[in-house]
Amino acid sequence: MTRDLLMALAVFAACVVESVEALTIVLAAGMTRGWSGTWRGVAAGMVTLLVIVAVFGPALTALPIDVLRLLVGGVLLIFGLGWLRKAILRASGFVGLHDEAAIYDRERAAAGRVDASAGGWLGDPYAFTLSFKGVLLEGLEVVFIVLTFGANQDDIPLAALAALVAVLLVAGIGVAVRTPLARVPENTLKFAVGVLLTSFGMFWAVEGAGGDWPGSDGALPALIAATLAGALAAVAWLRRICNHEVKAYASAAELP
Amino acid sequence: MSRVAAALRGFGAFWWDFVVGDDWLLAAGVVLALAATAALSRTDLPSWWLLPVAVAGLLGASLWRAVRLDPDRRLGARPDL
Repeated sequence: MTRDLLMALAVFAACVVESVEALTIVLAAGMTRGWSGTWRGVAAGMVTLLVIVAVFGPALTALPIDVLRLLVGGVLLIFGLGWLRKAILRASGFVGLHDEAAIYDRERAAAGRVDASAGGWLGDPYAFTLSFKGVLLEGLEVVFIVLTFGANQDDIPLAALAALVAVLLVAGIGVAVRTPLARVPENTLKFAVGVLLTSFGMFWAVEGAGGDWPGSDGALPALIAATLAGALAAVAWLRRICNHEVKAYASAAELP
Repeated sequence: MSRVAAALRGFGAFWWDFVVGDDWLLAAGVVLALAATAALSRTDLPSWWLLPVAVAGLLGASLWRAVRLDPDRRLGARPDL
């Protein structure tokens, strides 16, 4: 039960983050180039994602559970560590924070510089391509997380439901406000998702490799708490280095 | 033929970037740690502790490399300076 709840929360948070990023790109395309090609690009992206789920979903669930946990847990761990590494570097100031408003302005400016041209049934080909790529690339991460979490937990419907709620929530708010959702605490969510992906990845990979966690399922919350504590300690450590370097840079700049 | 090769290279590069990300050493370290965990699991010794310890060390080393190797890009990420 705890595992199911944590899994649904992890999928929901990850899907909110990816949906916010896809929404920014779709809005930039639609507001600048018109909605005809944009909607077609969104639809084409969604259909492609559905095909990927239909092909890889059954293939994943057909694997023996230990093999699935070792392979998928390992890949999820590598993927999650990438998220966590980037989130720690952002939180400590070494890498700029993700800013949806700035990305929206940049995409709008780029879309406005391209001449409109007829693209047949695609509508405006630039709007189609931009929204298709945005939905497909951000959606792939959603699909990856839904399939890996759902297959390992043997509950793809719950993972898919958590993802669907997140996507509908973000899309509904996006349609209502028609601006990028810059107020969503995206960097904090990414940090939390990085912690969850890394913890679940470790948990499943160790089980798949033949190890036994002390306390069985009870080890998962402890693992998440330990990963969070380690990540926060890393942020504090890097912030100290960053502040020290900023002071050194500022004092060097003051020299004649 | 070269167009096919370029498409395959692009496809591979996309998936490499998608899963492995910015630091391939981190990914390689995880694979080695998983192999060691599987080997330890075949003995009578407990093996669950190995992967968390390895992940902590690998992530720390990866972060250290990220902040040490590219000082220009690092300062460029702080436009408020």
